Amino acid sequence: MMQDIIWALLGGILIGLAATLLLMLNGRIAGISGILSGVFFQTKGDVFWRVAFIAGMLAGGILGPVVFARPFVSELNATLPMILGGGFLVGFGTRLGSGCTSGHSVCGIARFSWRSISATITFIVSAMITVAVIRHLF
Amino acid sequence: MSNVKPGKFLGYTLAAFATGLLFGAGLTISEMVNPEKILSFLDVFGAWNPALIFVMLGALLVTIPGFQLLQRHDQPFFALRNLLPDKTLVDKKLLTGAVLFGIGWGMVGLCPGPALTALVTLNPDVFVFVAAVIAGMSVQKFFAN
Repeated sequence: MMQDIIWALLGGILIGLAATLLLMLNGRIAGISGILSGVFFQTKGDVFWRVAFIAGMLAGGILGPVVFARPFVSELNATLPMILGGGFLVGFGTRLGSGCTSGHSVCGIARFSWRSISATITFIVSAMITVAVIRHLF
Repeated sequence: MSNVKPGKFLGYTLAAFATGLLFGAGLTISEMVNPEKILSFLDVFGAWNPALIFVMLGALLVTIPGFQLLQRHDQPFFALRNLLPDKTLVDKKLLTGAVLFGIGWGMVGLCPGPALTALVTLNPDVFVFVAAVIAGMSVQKFFAN
Protein backbone atom coordinates (compact mmCIF):
# COMPACT_ATOMS: atom_id res chain seq x y z
CA MET A 1 0.00 0.00 0.00
CA MET A 2 2.76 2.50 1.00
CA GLN A 3 4.69 1.45 -2.10
CA ASP A 4 1.58 2.12 -4.23
CA ILE A 5 1.21 5.60 -2.76
CA ILE A 6 4.83 6.57 -3.43
CA TRP A 7 4.61 5.47 -7.09
CA ALA A 8 1.26 7.24 -7.39
CA LEU A 9 2.79 10.50 -6.11
CA LEU A 10 5.84 10.16 -8.35
CA GLY A 11 3.72 9.37 -11.43
CA GLY A 12 1.41 12.26 -10.55
CA ILE A 13 4.37 14.65 -10.34
CA LEU A 14 5.51 13.56 -13.83
CA ILE A 15 1.97 14.11 -15.17
CA GLY A 16 1.84 17.54 -13.54
CA LEU A 17 5.24 18.42 -14.94
CA ALA A 18 4.11 17.37 -18.43
CA ALA A 19 0.94 19.50 -18.21
CA THR A 20 2.83 22.53 -16.88
CA LEU A 21 5.52 22.26 -19.57
CA LEU A 22 2.91 21.95 -22.34
CA LEU A 23 1.34 25.22 -21.15
CA MET A 24 4.72 26.92 -20.71
CA LEU A 25 6.05 25.87 -24.13
CA ASN A 26 2.96 25.68 -26.35
CA GLY A 27 0.26 27.53 -24.39
CA ARG A 28 -1.92 24.42 -24.47
CA ILE A 29 -4.00 22.51 -21.93
CA ALA A 30 -3.04 18.83 -21.58
CA GLY A 31 -6.58 17.51 -21.83
CA ILE A 32 -6.31 14.11 -23.42
CA SER A 33 -9.93 13.77 -24.58
CA GLY A 34 -9.67 17.18 -26.25
CA ILE A 35 -6.29 16.39 -27.81
CA LEU A 36 -7.59 13.06 -29.16
CA SER A 37 -10.88 14.43 -30.48
CA GLY A 38 -8.97 17.28 -32.15
CA VAL A 39 -7.04 14.78 -34.25
CA PHE A 40 -10.30 13.93 -36.01
CA PHE A 41 -12.36 17.11 -35.74
CA GLN A 42 -10.05 20.07 -35.95
CA THR A 43 -9.18 22.70 -38.51
CA LYS A 44 -6.02 22.28 -40.55
CA GLY A 45 -2.79 23.48 -38.96
CA ASP A 46 -3.80 22.38 -35.48
CA VAL A 47 -3.60 18.61 -35.84
CA PHE A 48 0.09 17.73 -36.07
CA TRP A 49 1.06 18.62 -32.47
CA ARG A 50 -1.80 16.43 -31.23
CA VAL A 51 -0.46 13.44 -33.13
CA ALA A 52 3.04 14.21 -31.76
CA PHE A 53 1.68 14.39 -28.20
CA ILE A 54 -0.13 11.05 -28.54
CA ALA A 55 2.99 9.47 -30.10
CA GLY A 56 4.88 10.79 -27.06
CA MET A 57 2.32 9.18 -24.74
CA LEU A 58 2.94 5.83 -26.40
CA ALA A 59 6.72 6.30 -26.19
CA GLY A 60 6.33 7.20 -22.51
CA GLY A 61 4.31 4.05 -22.00
CA ILE A 62 7.27 2.05 -23.25
CA LEU A 63 10.07 4.10 -21.64
CA GLY A 64 8.43 4.76 -18.25
CA PRO A 65 8.24 1.14 -17.09
CA VAL A 66 11.74 0.44 -18.47
CA VAL A 67 13.46 3.42 -16.83
CA PHE A 68 11.67 3.01 -13.49
CA ALA A 69 11.56 -0.82 -13.61
CA ARG A 70 7.79 -0.82 -13.19
CA PRO A 71 5.28 -3.42 -14.39
CA PHE A 72 2.88 -2.46 -17.17
CA VAL A 73 -0.35 -4.31 -16.59
CA SER A 74 -3.51 -3.34 -18.42
CA GLU A 75 -6.01 -6.20 -18.20
CA LEU A 76 -9.61 -5.23 -18.80
CA ASN A 77 -11.84 -7.26 -16.56
CA ALA A 78 -14.99 -6.54 -18.58
CA THR A 79 -17.14 -8.20 -21.23
CA LEU A 80 -17.05 -6.99 -24.83
CA PRO A 81 -20.41 -5.17 -24.60
CA MET A 82 -19.18 -3.42 -21.46
CA ILE A 83 -15.93 -2.37 -23.14
CA LEU A 84 -17.85 -1.05 -26.15
CA GLY A 85 -20.53 0.66 -24.07
CA GLY A 86 -18.05 2.03 -21.53
CA GLY A 87 -15.75 3.37 -24.25
CA PHE A 88 -18.68 4.99 -26.06
CA LEU A 89 -19.84 6.73 -22.86
CA VAL A 90 -16.29 7.90 -22.10
CA GLY A 91 -15.98 9.41 -25.59
CA PHE A 92 -19.48 10.94 -25.67
CA GLY A 93 -19.36 12.15 -22.06
CA THR A 94 -15.92 13.74 -22.17
CA ARG A 95 -16.83 15.79 -25.25
CA LEU A 96 -20.24 16.82 -23.91
CA GLY A 97 -18.59 17.69 -20.58
CA SER A 98 -15.57 19.46 -22.14
CA GLY A 99 -12.91 17.19 -20.65
CA CYS A 100 -11.77 14.16 -18.71
CA THR A 101 -9.50 13.42 -15.78
CA SER A 102 -6.52 15.24 -17.29
CA GLY A 103 -8.18 18.40 -18.63
CA HIS A 104 -10.51 18.91 -15.65
CA SER A 105 -8.75 17.29 -12.67
CA VAL A 106 -5.09 18.07 -13.44
CA CYS A 107 -5.29 21.31 -15.47
CA GLY A 108 -8.71 22.83 -14.70
CA ILE A 109 -8.46 22.50 -10.93
CA ALA A 110 -5.01 24.13 -11.13
CA ARG A 111 -6.66 27.11 -12.87
CA PHE A 112 -9.18 27.19 -9.99
CA SER A 113 -12.00 26.67 -12.53
CA TRP A 114 -15.40 26.00 -10.95
CA ARG A 115 -16.44 24.07 -14.05
CA SER A 116 -13.51 21.67 -13.64
CA ILE A 117 -13.98 21.29 -9.89
CA SER A 118 -17.70 20.52 -10.42
CA ALA A 119 -16.96 18.12 -13.30
CA THR A 120 -14.28 16.26 -11.30
CA ILE A 121 -16.55 15.73 -8.30
CA THR A 122 -19.41 14.69 -10.61
CA PHE A 123 -17.51 12.08 -12.63
CA ILE A 124 -15.76 10.57 -9.61
CA VAL A 125 -19.08 10.19 -7.74
CA SER A 126 -20.78 8.88 -10.91
CA ALA A 127 -17.98 6.32 -11.41
CA MET A 128 -18.10 5.26 -7.74
CA ILE A 129 -21.86 4.67 -7.97
CA THR A 130 -21.36 2.69 -11.20
CA VAL A 131 -18.74 0.44 -9.58
CA ALA A 132 -20.92 -0.01 -6.49
CA VAL A 133 -23.87 -1.06 -8.67
CA ILE A 134 -21.80 -3.47 -10.81
CA ARG A 135 -19.80 -5.03 -7.97
CA HIS A 136 -22.17 -5.02 -5.04
CA LEU A 137 -25.73 -4.84 -6.37
CA PHE A 138 -25.63 -7.64 -8.93
CA MET B 1 -5.99 28.78 -37.14
CA SER B 2 -2.58 27.96 -35.90
CA ASN B 3 -1.23 29.27 -32.63
CA VAL B 4 2.38 28.39 -33.49
CA LYS B 5 4.91 31.25 -33.49
CA PRO B 6 6.33 31.78 -36.98
CA GLY B 7 9.42 29.59 -37.48
CA LYS B 8 8.78 27.59 -34.30
CA PHE B 9 6.92 24.64 -35.79
CA LEU B 10 9.69 22.13 -34.99
CA GLY B 11 10.02 23.31 -31.39
CA TYR B 12 6.24 23.24 -30.96
CA THR B 13 6.02 19.69 -32.31
CA LEU B 14 8.97 18.40 -30.28
CA ALA B 15 7.58 20.02 -27.13
CA ALA B 16 4.28 18.22 -27.74
CA PHE B 17 6.09 14.91 -28.17
CA ALA B 18 8.31 15.39 -25.10
CA THR B 19 5.46 16.43 -22.82
CA GLY B 20 3.37 13.53 -24.14
CA LEU B 21 6.25 11.23 -23.24
CA LEU B 22 6.44 12.55 -19.67
CA PHE B 23 2.67 12.25 -19.40
CA GLY B 24 2.63 8.64 -20.63
CA ALA B 25 5.52 7.70 -18.34
CA GLY B 26 3.68 9.23 -15.38
CA LEU B 27 0.50 7.30 -16.21
CA THR B 28 2.34 3.98 -16.39
CA ILE B 29 4.57 4.24 -13.31
CA SER B 30 1.57 5.34 -11.23
CA GLU B 31 -0.39 2.36 -12.66
CA MET B 32 -3.24 4.56 -13.89
CA VAL B 33 -3.11 2.30 -16.94
CA ASN B 34 -4.20 -0.68 -14.84
CA PRO B 35 -8.02 -0.77 -14.71
CA GLU B 36 -7.88 -2.95 -11.60
CA LYS B 37 -6.12 -0.14 -9.67
CA ILE B 38 -8.63 2.44 -10.88
CA LEU B 39 -11.61 0.25 -10.04
CA SER B 40 -10.22 -0.49 -6.57
CA PHE B 41 -10.10 3.29 -5.98
CA LEU B 42 -13.66 3.69 -7.24
CA ASP B 43 -14.89 0.72 -5.19
CA VAL B 44 -15.63 2.54 -1.94
CA PHE B 45 -17.68 -0.40 -0.62
CA GLY B 46 -14.93 -2.94 -1.37
CA ALA B 47 -11.20 -3.15 -0.58
CA TRP B 48 -10.70 0.57 -1.15
CA ASN B 49 -7.27 1.62 -2.47
CA PRO B 50 -6.69 5.38 -2.20
CA ALA B 51 -3.60 5.45 -4.50
CA LEU B 52 -5.38 7.39 -7.28
CA ILE B 53 -5.87 10.38 -4.97
CA PHE B 54 -2.10 10.61 -4.68
CA VAL B 55 -1.69 10.65 -8.46
CA MET B 56 -3.99 13.66 -8.58
CA LEU B 57 -2.28 15.20 -5.56
CA GLY B 58 1.20 14.76 -7.07
CA ALA B 59 0.03 16.32 -10.33
CA LEU B 60 -1.69 19.27 -8.62
CA LEU B 61 1.42 19.88 -6.50
CA VAL B 62 3.11 20.89 -9.76
CA THR B 63 0.20 22.27 -11.82
CA ILE B 64 -1.31 24.60 -9.21
CA PRO B 65 1.78 26.82 -8.82
CA GLY B 66 2.70 26.31 -12.49
CA PHE B 67 -0.68 27.21 -13.95
CA GLN B 68 -1.27 30.11 -11.54
CA LEU B 69 2.00 31.63 -12.69
CA LEU B 70 1.67 30.80 -16.39
CA GLN B 71 -1.89 32.00 -16.86
CA ARG B 72 -0.81 35.46 -15.69
CA HIS B 73 2.39 35.31 -17.72
CA ASP B 74 0.93 34.69 -21.18
CA GLN B 75 4.17 34.13 -23.14
CA PRO B 76 4.51 30.48 -24.23
CA PHE B 77 7.92 29.73 -25.83
CA PHE B 78 6.70 28.32 -29.13
CA ALA B 79 3.17 29.76 -29.37
CA LEU B 80 1.62 33.18 -29.85
CA ARG B 81 -0.48 32.98 -26.70
CA ASN B 82 -2.06 30.63 -24.16
CA LEU B 83 -5.21 28.93 -25.42
CA LEU B 84 -7.28 28.47 -22.27
CA PRO B 85 -10.96 27.51 -21.97
CA ASP B 86 -13.10 30.62 -21.63
CA LYS B 87 -16.35 29.08 -20.32
CA THR B 88 -17.11 29.78 -16.68
CA LEU B 89 -20.71 28.61 -16.24
CA VAL B 90 -21.42 25.25 -14.60
CA ASP B 91 -24.24 24.12 -16.91
CA LYS B 92 -26.33 21.05 -17.64
CA LYS B 93 -24.11 19.98 -20.56
CA LEU B 94 -21.00 19.93 -18.36
CA LEU B 95 -22.64 17.92 -15.60
CA THR B 96 -24.48 15.50 -17.91
CA GLY B 97 -21.23 14.86 -19.76
CA ALA B 98 -19.40 14.26 -16.47
CA VAL B 99 -22.08 11.80 -15.29
CA LEU B 100 -21.91 9.82 -18.58
CA PHE B 101 -18.10 9.83 -18.55
CA GLY B 102 -18.16 8.60 -14.95
CA ILE B 103 -20.44 5.69 -15.86
CA GLY B 104 -18.14 4.60 -18.70
CA TRP B 105 -15.05 5.04 -16.52
CA GLY B 106 -16.62 2.93 -13.78
CA MET B 107 -17.69 0.22 -16.22
CA VAL B 108 -14.19 -0.40 -17.58
CA GLY B 109 -11.68 1.43 -15.36
CA LEU B 110 -9.99 3.37 -18.15
CA CYS B 111 -10.15 7.07 -19.00
CA PRO B 112 -8.81 8.52 -22.27
CA GLY B 113 -5.16 9.14 -21.29
CA PRO B 114 -4.41 5.73 -19.78
CA ALA B 115 -6.35 4.05 -22.61
CA LEU B 116 -4.12 5.65 -25.26
CA THR B 117 -0.92 4.81 -23.38
CA ALA B 118 -2.12 1.24 -22.74
CA LEU B 119 -2.26 0.69 -26.52
CA VAL B 120 1.45 -0.18 -26.29
CA THR B 121 0.57 -3.36 -24.39
CA LEU B 122 -1.07 -4.50 -27.67
CA ASN B 123 -4.00 -5.82 -25.65
CA PRO B 124 -6.87 -6.10 -28.22
CA ASP B 125 -9.40 -5.05 -25.54
CA VAL B 126 -7.65 -1.68 -25.26
CA PHE B 127 -7.91 -1.17 -29.04
CA VAL B 128 -11.64 -1.94 -28.92
CA PHE B 129 -12.04 0.49 -26.01
CA VAL B 130 -10.18 3.32 -27.80
CA ALA B 131 -12.21 2.73 -30.98
CA ALA B 132 -15.41 2.96 -28.91
CA VAL B 133 -14.17 6.21 -27.30
CA ILE B 134 -13.59 7.73 -30.75
CA ALA B 135 -17.03 6.52 -31.88
CA GLY B 136 -18.61 8.19 -28.83
CA MET B 137 -16.76 11.43 -29.61
CA SER B 138 -17.96 11.29 -33.23
CA VAL B 139 -21.59 10.78 -32.26
CA GLN B 140 -21.40 13.67 -29.77
CA LYS B 141 -19.85 15.85 -32.49
CA PHE B 142 -22.61 14.84 -34.90
CA PHE B 143 -25.36 15.82 -32.45
CA ALA B 144 -23.62 19.06 -31.53
CA ASN B 145 -23.66 20.24 -35.16
